[in-house]
Order: sequence, then C-alpha cells, then structure tokens
Amino acid sequence: MRLRYLLPAAVLLLLVVLFLFGLQHDPRIVPSPLIGKPAPAFALRRVGEETPFTRDDLLGRPLLVNFWASWCAACRVEHPLLMELSRSGIEIVGIDYKDSDAEGLRWLQRHGNPYRSIVADPQGRMGLDWGVYGVPETFVLDAQGTIVYKQIGPLTEAAWREQVAPLMAAGDEG
Amino acid sequence: MIPEIGHFALLAALAVALLQTLIPLAGVWRRDSRWMAVGASAAQAQFALVALAYVCLTWAFVERDWSVAYVAANAHSQLPLMYRMSAVWGAHEGSMLLWMLMLTGWAAAVSIFSRSLPRDVQAQVLAVLGTLSIGFLLFILLTSNPFDRHFPVPADGRDLNPLLQDPGLVIHPPLLYMGYVGFSVAFAFAITALISGRLDTAWARWTRPWTTAAWLSLTLGITLGSWWAYHELGWGGWWFWDPVENASFMPWLVGTALIHSLAVTEKRGLLKSWTVLLAILAFALSLLGTFLVRSGILVSVHAFATDPARGVFILSFLAIVLGVAFALYAWRAPRFVAEGELRLFSREGLLLLNNVFLVIAAAAVLIGTLYPLVVDAFGLGKISVGPPYFNAVFLPLAAPLAFIVGLAMAVGWKQVRAAEIWRRIRWPLLLAALAGLCLPWLLQRRVELLAVAGGFLAVWTLVMAFEEPWRRWRARGAAGLMQTPRAIWGMSLAHFGLGLWVLGVTFVSLYSIERDLRLAPGQSAELSGYTFTLAGVEPYVGPNYDADRATVTVSRDGRLLAELYPEKRLYRAQNNVMTEAAVEHNPLRDLYVALAEPLDNGDWALRIYVKPMMRLVWFGGVVMALGGLLALSDRRYRLARVAREHAQTAAGVPA
Repeated sequence: MRLRYLLPAAVLLLLVVLFLFGLQHDPRIVPSPLIGKPAPAFALRRVGEETPFTRDDLLGRPLLVNFWASWCAACRVEHPLLMELSRSGIEIVGIDYKDSDAEGLRWLQRHGNPYRSIVADPQGRMGLDWGVYGVPETFVLDAQGTIVYKQIGPLTEAAWREQVAPLMAAGDEG
Repeated sequence: MIPEIGHFALLAALAVALLQTLIPLAGVWRRDSRWMAVGASAAQAQFALVALAYVCLTWAFVERDWSVAYVAANAHSQLPLMYRMSAVWGAHEGSMLLWMLMLTGWAAAVSIFSRSLPRDVQAQVLAVLGTLSIGFLLFILLTSNPFDRHFPVPADGRDLNPLLQDPGLVIHPPLLYMGYVGFSVAFAFAITALISGRLDTAWARWTRPWTTAAWLSLTLGITLGSWWAYHELGWGGWWFWDPVENASFMPWLVGTALIHSLAVTEKRGLLKSWTVLLAILAFALSLLGTFLVRSGILVSVHAFATDPARGVFILSFLAIVLGVAFALYAWRAPRFVAEGELRLFSREGLLLLNNVFLVIAAAAVLIGTLYPLVVDAFGLGKISVGPPYFNAVFLPLAAPLAFIVGLAMAVGWKQVRAAEIWRRIRWPLLLAALAGLCLPWLLQRRVELLAVAGGFLAVWTLVMAFEEPWRRWRARGAAGLMQTPRAIWGMSLAHFGLGLWVLGVTFVSLYSIERDLRLAPGQSAELSGYTFTLAGVEPYVGPNYDADRATVTVSRDGRLLAELYPEKRLYRAQNNVMTEAAVEHNPLRDLYVALAEPLDNGDWALRIYVKPMMRLVWFGGVVMALGGLLALSDRRYRLARVAREHAQTAAGVPA
C-alpha cells in the first residue's frame, strides 16, 4: 500500500534522466540526409558574368560552400570569420542565394569579398537541391565532392575550430 | 554605479534568504518563538532588496546604459519608454529577476497577511519559501547575472525582440509569473503539513486563499498570452499547443484541481494526501515549465532566451527540491487519515472525479510536450507533436468535465437523494438541450453535431453556475441572495466564465472561415457576407520601425462597419519583419485582417478571417479570474483569522 506513495518520486526520477539526456542534445540540429553523399549536381554561372560554374569546379580539393545573400542579416555575423579564413588560405565558394547580381556585388564591395568564386543562384534552384533551409548555410566538401558537414546558420568560431577545421585537414590528406 | 547597487542588493538578498531559511527552522526545533519570528522580517527585507535590484535594472534600461550587457542586448535608443521598461523581462536574465521579485513578493505577502497563523506554521512556510529563494538567487548570481557589464560599450543596443513590443506583453509575463510562482505558497504549506504531520481543515482554510490568488493570476496571464499570440503572430490562432504555452497550462490544470480538492479537504476532511500531492505537483509543474522554457530543451516559437548550460542548474535545483518534496510525501502522507467516508455520488465524489479528469488532462499535455524528447532519447528521430494530438486527447477529457462542473453544483456534500437532484437539474438540462440545438442554427445557419454538443455543455454550465444562488433565492428571496457568501458568488462567476469559454471555443473552432486573397488597391472580396476592400497601402514610419500600412474597409449590406489598418513592419535594429494584424470585433464575431506580402503591380496578399465568438474565449478567462477574486474577498477568511487570534490570546499559546 505504501508503495503508491512513492510513485511521484519515481516519475520525477524518470523525468530527470530524460532531461539529462535532452540537455546534451540541441533540438535545433536537423541532421542533413546529404551528409556523406556526393554533392548534388548543378549548372549555374558566376555572378556578373556568363561563365558557367558546375559541380566539377568544386572537385579536387576540400573547400567550403557558403550560401549567402545581400538581404541576409545573419550573413553579416559570420562575414568577419569568413574573411579571416579566406586570408589564411581556405577556399570558400559563395553561392549568392535568391539575390540579384548587382546587389550581391555591391554587398561584397562594401564589406569585403571572402570568396574565391562567386556563383549566382537567383532562383534558389541549387539551394533547393542542396536542402538549404535559409541563409547562411555552409557545406564542407572533401576533394571527391562529398558533403562531410553542414552548418545551419552563421559559421561560428567554435563550429570552425571543433567541427570544420579537423574535417578540412582530413580532406587534405585524403 | 546603479547596476552595481542592484548586483549588491541581490547578494544581500541571498544572505537574507539564508537567514530566512535557517533561523525560523532552528526556532521551530528549539521552540523559540523569537527565532521563529525572524522569518517574517527576513521575508520582508528580502523582498525590499530584490525590489531594489529590480528598480536598478529598470533604471539601466530607462537611462539606456549600454555598458550593461543585458540592456544592450534587449533595448535600443529608439525603443519607446514603455517597452524599455518591459524589456527588463524581455530575455532570460531579467525574466529570472522578475521570477525572484514575485517569489519574494509572495513570501512578504505571507509574512503580512498570515500573521495570525500559528507561529510555527508561519515560520516553516517562510523557511520553505526561503529555500526556494536561495536556489533561484544562486541561479541568477552564478549563471545569469543581468548586471554584467560589457566593454567596449556598444554605440547602441540591439533592440528588444519585436515580437515582445506589444502592449499585451507589457502585462502578460508579470501576471503569468505571479501565477506560476504563487503556487510556491501552496507548496510551502504542503511541505509544512508533511513535516509537522498536521493536516486538518484549518490547514486547508489557510492554504485556500493563497491558491486562489495564484490561480487567478495564472488564469489572467494565460488569457492575455493567448490574446497576444492572436493579434501579434498574425496566424489568426489563439492557442498553439506550443511547449511554452503548455508549460503554463499544466500548472493551471493542476492548480484548478487543487482549488477543488482543497474545498473537499476543508469541508469534509477527505482527500488529504491527494490535496498535498496536488499542491506539490502544481508547483512542480511551474518549476518544470521554467526549466523547459529556460533550458532550451524544447524548441518553440517562444524560444528567444535559451542556454543549455543554465538548464543543468535548473534541472539540479528542480531535482533536489522536488526529490525532497516527494520523498517527504512518500514518508509522511500515509499517516493522513480521512475523517469520513467518500461516496461517489456526492459533491465531494464529483469533485474527486473532476480532479481526476483535470490531472489526466495535465498528464496528457505533459506527455505530448515531452514526447519529442523521448523519441529523440531512444534514437527514433526528430518529431514534433502538434495540435491534432492535443485536440484529440483534450476534447474527450474536457467534455465530461464540463458536464460534471454543472452537475456538481446541484449535488450537496455527503449523500443526496437522486429524486432531489433530478428536480434541480431537469429544467436546466432541457434548456441546455434546446439552446444547444438552436444556437448553431440561429447564429450560423449550419448545424454540426459537435456544435450542438458544445452549445449544450456551454449553456448547461452557464445555467448551472447560478444553481445555488437560485436555490437560495427560491427559499428565502432577496434575503437569501444577500446572505450568499462571496465564496459562493465567486464559484458561480468562475463557472459562468467557464461556460462562456466553452461557448467561445466551440464556435470559433467549428465556424471560423479564413481566406488568402490577392487584392489590388481598390479591389474588394467577400467572405461570409462581409465585403473587405483594400483602399490602399501607404508607408508609415514608427518610432523604431518602418511599415507598410494598409487601409482595409469592411462593410456588410452596403453599410460601413470598420476601417482596419493592418501593418507589415520592418524593425530597423534587427532587420526583422513583423505582421501586425488588425481586428474589428464584437461579442459575436471577430473580423481579422493580416497583410501577408507585397506582390507585383502593387497588389498585396492578404489573409482574412471571420471568427465567430472569438472574444468569449478571453472574456471567459477574465470572468473566471474575477470569480477567483470575488471568492478571495470572502469575509470568512478574515473572520476565521480574527476568531483564531482571539482563541490564541485567550489560551495564551506561545507556539
């Protein structure tokens, strides 16, 4: 009979265990089904030019593919970090997502250009194939063009240090 | 300088909280009434100190002190004064300070209004509240200090989340917190009963007004929150079963159960351990709500202030406080013996039944809220539980509940004769059935089974709410009404509010119409007999935002009903776009217009809703809270106090 009085304590214990688990998981992380898969093919052009740019241009070395736009406020947040990475020799390909070429170029002129190649995706077609939720998003590709990591939202110092940099180093060796 | 004073006040409050916990408990142990009395002065001093800290933070906001990191993150030089003051609780740190202000406020209130409690009871209640204070003050000081400075000082603040820049949000969080935190008093009384092993009708009478006060604040807070979401989020919905809404709804359900089971414990000396358990649970769910909102463990539209590191602290605190409480319960509760027998068909039996429904409903909401976490824990993927689950579970629980609410009014305490009950309920039943059948047809020209059922339950509750005053009037005329205690009037009013709410929810859920439109300036569209015309869209410059403001006229049968100004706002500091819907309303229907987005050629996409009886949902909530207020003002609580004081002085009882 006395046991039923212990029931609330037992329920509490279960909940605490559940929450301890929950605290170690970020509910915002939505695993991308594309990780470990080859990057989807696309055929676009460079911003402000008619020169084509396709998936083949991404092969041969590890690099970052960064979706951004001139209208995106959060892109300003990660911009200084991207500039720093670009200065240290990391190759970043910028996909100007749902943006006009003129606006995109003006934005880069004003804030600085961290991208070795700037690709126009005015209709967001590549973004759709790559599963982009919103800008900024950054994909890490290895030399074979396989997506090894995806950062949703601005790339942070911590994410760079803990997640991306080791993958880039590994990609170099492989 | 001012922020440092605030910080120092919080440190001093922590010291006082330690005194408030330790000295009264030692006093109870040593049977020293002077030591016990320290609790009251400590509670008041602590409240003064936390209030000082709160004023300091408000001052920093009013003066736009960007060197305070929290102020810089949540205000902007162009933010109007009213929102600079409400921005104090716009994010995590300040919210916790508001929490503390409420907690110490309740404790100070207990020290003042419960002066006539036996000294040892008051000392223990205040000591328990002091313990809670220690935990939360440590939490603020160690993990979320709102007074932290930040250098270099930014040129301007980052502005308050635009969602929170709304008059509804100026009073919604304080009321909600007042309710949440108010259950701490019932919790403290419950712990005191468990420690002392004394749980009698006097205990129930002491606890009742505090529970009612907390419950009515929570009711108002939830109602306001729903009203805010309705016209600020621009989706035309009034309840989203969002985790944060659920976090406030669960303590409300259990708190409602607690109010009723306290009545049974006071009147009949029954359900004692159940009442104590509910008192602990109501506060447990408040703590849980705080944890869910503050830890970021669940994602919701409200998740604007989350940090997992803080979650660990609150979780440990929650585990300790509730662990001790439930352990005490398991140890002591079996000794509370009922003073009578419980029959199912009596008022106490029906109240127990209604309690069971309320607690099951709370459990269902809890399961739905936590289910995504469980699924994730077992590695089964990420899911979210939406309104379909909650509606499917909640409706079958709420319907019998509403019926019992009406029935219990006609049934007396102890046992009753079925024939007598039948005589009391047959006319209301008939009336409710007729109204249920006619209302949907009269108001909407379309009869749905659910609408008939909802209309029946609503009218049944509305009519039966005044069954007792009616009986008194029948028996003794005006004198009978005059002598009806305010507690009864309060109960009637609260149940009447519930009836209004049921009516509103039924009609707005079943008969709402919405339409997405594309309109060019000058064009109009018709929805359910109303003609909406887009007169034009003009730019509008607000204090800290730029907007497109549309003028929409609504007419019916050629008669102009209203001119509405829905807006699409761009808040400058954060570059956030917000939808500001415009609503024209009367008790029978809401006309709701939201600007969606600009299309080419100067056309605009608009969203239009006609929502019958929408106002009743909130009006019902307000009436429920007013009922609580009326019950709270019953002179019985005051008379009982005076009588006890006399008894004490006469007997010369020290403690």
